[in-house]
Amino acid sequence: MSRIGVFVCHCGENISATVDVAKVADDASRLPGVVHSVDYKYMCSDPGQTLVKDAIKEHNLTGVVVAACSPRMHEPTFRKACATAGLNPYLSEMANVREHCSWVHDKSEQTTQKAFDVVRAMISKVSNNGALEPIKVPVTKRALVVGGGVAGIQAALDIANCGHQVVLVERSPSIGGHMAQLSETFPTLDCSQCILTPRMVEVAQHPNITLYTYSEIESVDGFIGNFKVKIRKKARNLDEELCTGCGLCTTKCPQKKIPSEFEQGLGFRPAIYTPFPQAVPNKPIIDHDNCTYYKSGKCKICEIVCPTKAIRFEQEDTILDIEIGAIVLATGFDIKRSDFFPEYGKGKYKDVIDGLQFERLASASGPTQGMIRRPSDGQIPKKIVFIACAGSRDPAKGIEYCSKICCMYTAKHAMLYKHKVHDGEAHVFYMDIRAGGKMYEEFVRRAIVEDHVNYTRGRVSTIYELDGKLIVKGADTLLGAQAVEIEADMVVLATAGIANEGSEELAQKMHVSYDQHKFFAEAHPKLKPVETNTGGIFLAGACQTTRDIPDSVSMASGAAVKVAALFSSDLLTREPIVARVNRIPGPSHSTCVGCFLCQPVCPYQAIEREEIKDRAGNVIKSLARINEGLCQGCGTCVALCRSKSIDLLGYTDNQMHSEVLSVLEEAFV
Amino acid sequence: MEQFEPKLVAFVCNWCTYAGADLTGTSRIKYATNVRIIRFPCTGRIDFMLISKAFANGADGVIVSGCHPNDCHYTSGNFHARRRWMSYNAMLTFMGMDPERIIFSWVSAAEGAKWADIVNQSVDKIRKIGPFTEYQKLVQSGIEEENFNG
Repeated sequence: MSRIGVFVCHCGENISATVDVAKVADDASRLPGVVHSVDYKYMCSDPGQTLVKDAIKEHNLTGVVVAACSPRMHEPTFRKACATAGLNPYLSEMANVREHCSWVHDKSEQTTQKAFDVVRAMISKVSNNGALEPIKVPVTKRALVVGGGVAGIQAALDIANCGHQVVLVERSPSIGGHMAQLSETFPTLDCSQCILTPRMVEVAQHPNITLYTYSEIESVDGFIGNFKVKIRKKARNLDEELCTGCGLCTTKCPQKKIPSEFEQGLGFRPAIYTPFPQAVPNKPIIDHDNCTYYKSGKCKICEIVCPTKAIRFEQEDTILDIEIGAIVLATGFDIKRSDFFPEYGKGKYKDVIDGLQFERLASASGPTQGMIRRPSDGQIPKKIVFIACAGSRDPAKGIEYCSKICCMYTAKHAMLYKHKVHDGEAHVFYMDIRAGGKMYEEFVRRAIVEDHVNYTRGRVSTIYELDGKLIVKGADTLLGAQAVEIEADMVVLATAGIANEGSEELAQKMHVSYDQHKFFAEAHPKLKPVETNTGGIFLAGACQTTRDIPDSVSMASGAAVKVAALFSSDLLTREPIVARVNRIPGPSHSTCVGCFLCQPVCPYQAIEREEIKDRAGNVIKSLARINEGLCQGCGTCVALCRSKSIDLLGYTDNQMHSEVLSVLEEAFV
Repeated sequence: MEQFEPKLVAFVCNWCTYAGADLTGTSRIKYATNVRIIRFPCTGRIDFMLISKAFANGADGVIVSGCHPNDCHYTSGNFHARRRWMSYNAMLTFMGMDPERIIFSWVSAAEGAKWADIVNQSVDKIRKIGPFTEYQKLVQSGIEEENFNG
């Protein structure tokens, strides 16, 4: 007979405000098998846990039910408490009476009844729980970092400096990400490339880092500590061993007028190119869509001029298979482009540009060598309007969130413009100025006070072109929504930051969750910001939500330490939630009939064939056997098995049946 | 006449819908008290028998909810659940049960509000269909409950 202890938590008033916790504990004490039932203010606190531990010893409990918050929150806490008191941790269960009950219902008899029903169901379940032992699996001490922006670079360097192997995969031809495109950085106005490029070189030269640029993740299999990753290394069309990066091919290429991705379309590049001079690796790629040879079958000038004969037109993509222990996703973000805004010309006005384009105009290495010139005619604009929150915080555009970085970079843009065009006028339209951060508010004040940037609180309703000027119509909400009209030479939109292209596909390959805006979802918004719900996969930088450089870098270091912690031991302890095929004494050995229907449905190839032989070595029966190292415990094979020979530990048929029956025992409304 | 209050059991996966229902709580979105949530690792684990048991034991309706297609934590469990649901649906119809009593949906970990909507809509729907009594009628007509409950 089971001896169950029930512990009902008030969670301060979070539960007790709507659920009569004393009644739940009292009613539970009368259920069969329950020998101890109490309620307490904070079960997860130290005294609360002591209550559980003491009761286990005093009443010789064989099972524990904690009625409190979601098991996704505190299941590990109470399992640990049980283990300390000598009870197998898998003999405890949590009844979720907070997220699924007290927080979603008003105070009523039904709410208390629901809480009690859930507790009763968990008591039934835990009576059928069995003691389980954690599974130990080996760890491959090699990390994969996806994305070579500043977050990926930082994560790769930190992990590599801990002495572990790192594979860094970047889909564009060079690492550096958006930070390499920026002119200066707020709030210090130091040159972005000057602080980034040394780190890029460090990555390339680090003995523990293997860098694959112009490469993408093809597929990911396996699980924490034991991922199997396929990387598609796209053909650069050159022998990277022979190429010295002299750049002769790029200067001789006859195609010269292809809009450069790195310059955000404001500059040009040839068909064989490195995206920017400081690219790492400094080896060109051939753009097949624009290359004369790939289009017409003639040209090959690059091959002729190459001093080391490194060009390989026939080269094909290669697929690399790599074993990985942990993954850091650092795939960054993108921004909405000006064509997203019909009210601002839908991209048809050349002088309405986005923030990244302005960065290139202001950059000393940019298409204008750092001179602010408008794209339409190359004139120096005497009046610029900067529009903050272009798209952000705008539910009508489907982007409810604040992109967080725009207030600061808009102040920076206005400041850089004033530093370069002394007699120019800079106007900023804003909703609120959100300048939280060290020296951030001071930076914005400096733009207003010292650099005389005109800040107007209000939004811009429309922009249209008239006689070579852009007419910006907005409102000043601090002056009672008074209409404001500015004749500008150029407009810069601080467009909303969005999830990077392909992030949804990548999330699906990695089996990590993502939010409605396709940003990757963290495991817990406060306490697990760099973890995902998938073991062994961590997040760094703006792939989780838009964030600035210091935040991205600190998040990357956080993710790196999680990886280092994972690699700190040779064996990894895994939850023993795995499927198991039953075994009984001969002659039948198992109820499994060896149909192997379970084999094709297993996503982890965990189902193996076991042959039972007689003494003479003849096979008398084939059985399914689950490889516990590979099984992740989804239970698909369990539901499918026709002879009910497979069960899922922790969610056995007995456990689930008793839970379902018990939850329906009473009229619950 | 007093309003009929249906009993619903929700079979949900741990990674998407259970977390989504947690988010409903965290966001303090209110919904009907008529549903009891049972947590499974994956919708792929949900056996026909469990749903049948729920109906046999007094449930008026069942919600099955997991990750959106392609978002399954275990790659494909939700597809197997969906495929199984198609055949179960046919079986229910064959047995003369109203397949409308089972609500199949996808709720991700980010869709707290959607979970509240699903519950409220399902409760309304089952309230309109009325109490599930067919099984009790079968019991009265001579099929022993013991056989069904194994």
